[in-house]
Amino acid sequence: MKLLAQRTPLAIVGTAVALAFMPALGLPAFYDSLLYLVLHWIVLATSWNVLSGYTGYFSFGHGAFFGGGLYTSATLMSRYDWPFLWTLPAAAAVACLLGVVVGAIVFRVKGIRGEVFALLTLAVTFVLGTVIVNTPIDGGNGVSLAGVAVPKIGPTASSTFYLLALAAAAVTLLVAWGISVSKLGAGLFAIHDDEDAAEVMGVPTYRYKLVALAISCALAGVAGGIHALFLNYVTVGEVFTITVPLTVVLMSILGGSRHWAGPAVGAVAITLLLYSFTAANLAVAGKAMVGVVLIAAILFMPEGVLPRVQRLLGPRRRAPVGAADRVSPPAAATAVALDARPVAASAAAPALLRATRLAKQFRGVKALAGVDVEVRRGEILGLLGPNGSGKSTFINLVSGHYLPTAGSVVFEGRELAGRAAHRIARAGIARTYQIPRPFGHQTVLDNVALAAMFGGGLPDPQTARREAMTWLTFAGLDAKAQVLPDELNLHQRKFLELARALASRPRLVLLDEVLCGLTPAEMDDAVALVRRIRDQGATVVFVEHVMRAVMALTDRVVVFDHGELLAEGPAAEVMRRPEVMRAYLGVEHEAPAPATSSGLEAHHA
Amino acid sequence: MTLPSATLLAQSVLSGIFVGALYGLLGLGLSLSWGLLRQINLAHFAFAFLAAYLCYQLSAMGMDPLATLVIIVPAFFALGAALHALMARFAITPFNSLLVTFGLTGIVEALIQSIWTADYRKLESSYGEHRWKVAGLYVPLPELITLALAVGLSFAVWAVLRYTDLGRALRASAEDAPIAAAFGIHERRNALLLAGTCSALAGVAGLCLALGFTLAPSQIYAWVGVVFAAVMLGGLGRALAPLIAGIVIGVSEAVTMAVTAPSWAPLVSFALLIAILLFRPGRAA
Repeated sequence: MKLLAQRTPLAIVGTAVALAFMPALGLPAFYDSLLYLVLHWIVLATSWNVLSGYTGYFSFGHGAFFGGGLYTSATLMSRYDWPFLWTLPAAAAVACLLGVVVGAIVFRVKGIRGEVFALLTLAVTFVLGTVIVNTPIDGGNGVSLAGVAVPKIGPTASSTFYLLALAAAAVTLLVAWGISVSKLGAGLFAIHDDEDAAEVMGVPTYRYKLVALAISCALAGVAGGIHALFLNYVTVGEVFTITVPLTVVLMSILGGSRHWAGPAVGAVAITLLLYSFTAANLAVAGKAMVGVVLIAAILFMPEGVLPRVQRLLGPRRRAPVGAADRVSPPAAATAVALDARPVAASAAAPALLRATRLAKQFRGVKALAGVDVEVRRGEILGLLGPNGSGKSTFINLVSGHYLPTAGSVVFEGRELAGRAAHRIARAGIARTYQIPRPFGHQTVLDNVALAAMFGGGLPDPQTARREAMTWLTFAGLDAKAQVLPDELNLHQRKFLELARALASRPRLVLLDEVLCGLTPAEMDDAVALVRRIRDQGATVVFVEHVMRAVMALTDRVVVFDHGELLAEGPAAEVMRRPEVMRAYLGVEHEAPAPATSSGLEAHHA
Repeated sequence: MTLPSATLLAQSVLSGIFVGALYGLLGLGLSLSWGLLRQINLAHFAFAFLAAYLCYQLSAMGMDPLATLVIIVPAFFALGAALHALMARFAITPFNSLLVTFGLTGIVEALIQSIWTADYRKLESSYGEHRWKVAGLYVPLPELITLALAVGLSFAVWAVLRYTDLGRALRASAEDAPIAAAFGIHERRNALLLAGTCSALAGVAGLCLALGFTLAPSQIYAWVGVVFAAVMLGGLGRALAPLIAGIVIGVSEAVTMAVTAPSWAPLVSFALLIAILLFRPGRAA
């Protein structure tokens, strides 16, 4: 893995250096221009991919950011006589600023979805174009750069453009690769698969999307700056169009948008394809051909060419990586077990978390009507109640998935109500989902590593994978480390949820119906696992309907009904209270039934 | 910026209503297929232009422009149904439908360009010569036809969706397809019917385009942004909303053009679109 990690950037730089000798061959200028265009599209497609491919937020506004950079350079050169090269950083800065402003507004919109984001960013393109064409920046006539000197970097003007684009492409690819193997990249890929779950695991989703957009825009801005002088005459009509975003989308989809090199592969293919049609005077047929390629790519290879090729070569490459990661961890796993902190589940234990008058309303529906719940350090607290009584709402409020309407949540002396979910995760609270929500495109190991990295605050993917392996071993999933979550059965997915929750080393674990849907034998495994979670030091709140497990595991239970706190105390005693039985069974029970548990279980089966 | 005279302003509002009706008619099919079939059909615009060119060609061969509907409507119904059958076969997601239909737009554009070249074409018909002066305002016949078609079709679709079993079945399928199917709704047949209808609506809009505007293949993209704005402003899957939203946008554009310069017009629709998306993102859900 390490070796591979160093080889990729070396390969990028090496290729770029080798290609830099191209002009020395003295080929006709036309080759310089063709290669310039290939590299130009590599920069645009790859920069687009940093936000859109990695996170799945398809921006159709890349033309706006590219155009912003282009007009910045053009204006500085034509009006203020800046030397060309000095305008490039300015172009990057303006495009970046533009992106941050747009992103800061757009990403704040709750629940914004792919299509809406695409249309919004497309609209930004046309608004910006309209503003530029109507103000002195362009004035409606375009900007001519005929009088601007092309710096002498290569032997000819066309080779200069080629070399500049080559440098830009190399930098862009290095950045795209660097992000894909970093913590930032891991966060972005998680956003792509399940943004809510990523936030709950501790990924600062808003900030990450903004950073990715800023980087993406800055790179597009540089491409725009170079392209301004290459075109020599720029007009709004040709820059702020739908063509740029659609071409980069096409290139990335074709090459594979989840891979750093995918867009570059697509850019080379499409540019050369279009060129060969244009050269043969078949430009119109070329346009149709691009359409056909796009449709075929989406229908038959929705993941792109590169992942397809990788999968063909895959098994050979994947095995050693898995083996390397598997060597040391089992030892570490026992270390965790031995490291277990003393259990302190007595009634007198101090409160770890205290919810006071916690309430949540959904447009008039009171899901939770101001409950007071105290979770004591080291205990297993059962959260009970009929369906719709507010148990899951409570979990969602404490984990930050919902914002409370009123009330407070104090955890280890700190107020958490109203805080972003990723901050709550960092503070030491982890949760599982009733229906497991793994990141579908990442291996089981990486799923857990993500939680270790963000919730647990580990600095890089390598360390996080080692930590993750201990928790996979803890949950008995170590043999499945390298498979995708799709290949797990429900039982294993539930355990993956647990491993993911534990990997951030939380002080409080919120378990939402981990047993639901499991067979009796699997339940026994899960019950044993929950007990081990507490034994190694974490406090557990768990929502459950299976009474056998509640009786066996909990130190205390609280019972919700209709969003209010109905009862609190030891499970065996609480379940005998008439008001609790009434809430569960909906009937009056004269005499307290002896065991009750079988009846309750049947009710919810 | 000087304020234009009352007559000029009134004429602007009127032309805004006319062009807005066309936005609405184009948006109708788009909104239905997005809202009820979960497919964002970018090729809707390409289909409209293909129909417009077809109308242009048939009129040049001596047919009355309105009579071309006899050919255009069934042909585009079949085209739309075929496209939907393909999309359904591959279980395309809404976002990928956008990309696939963009690819299709490129193909149709190339087809148009290779048959009719990239030059501007204008349908010459007797309709263009008719215009009346009502209370000092010019009312041209082609625009009046557009308005009548847009209003008539929007109300017809609205009535079908609201009052017929087919309409109820379509709305039920859009809400929850498996449940609707469990209640005995023949979802696939209905979807084909709806997709065909949307496409036929694009065909009718194409006729209006041919009557009122000069045609060029590159013009396909000029309509995308503003019609999407009308669709989003109105809300998805609704029949009357695109028409109303289209007229609101058309009028505000026309007034902007009259008060400032024509080149500022795109700002109105796109600023509106951005505002809607930011403040009412649920509209697109």
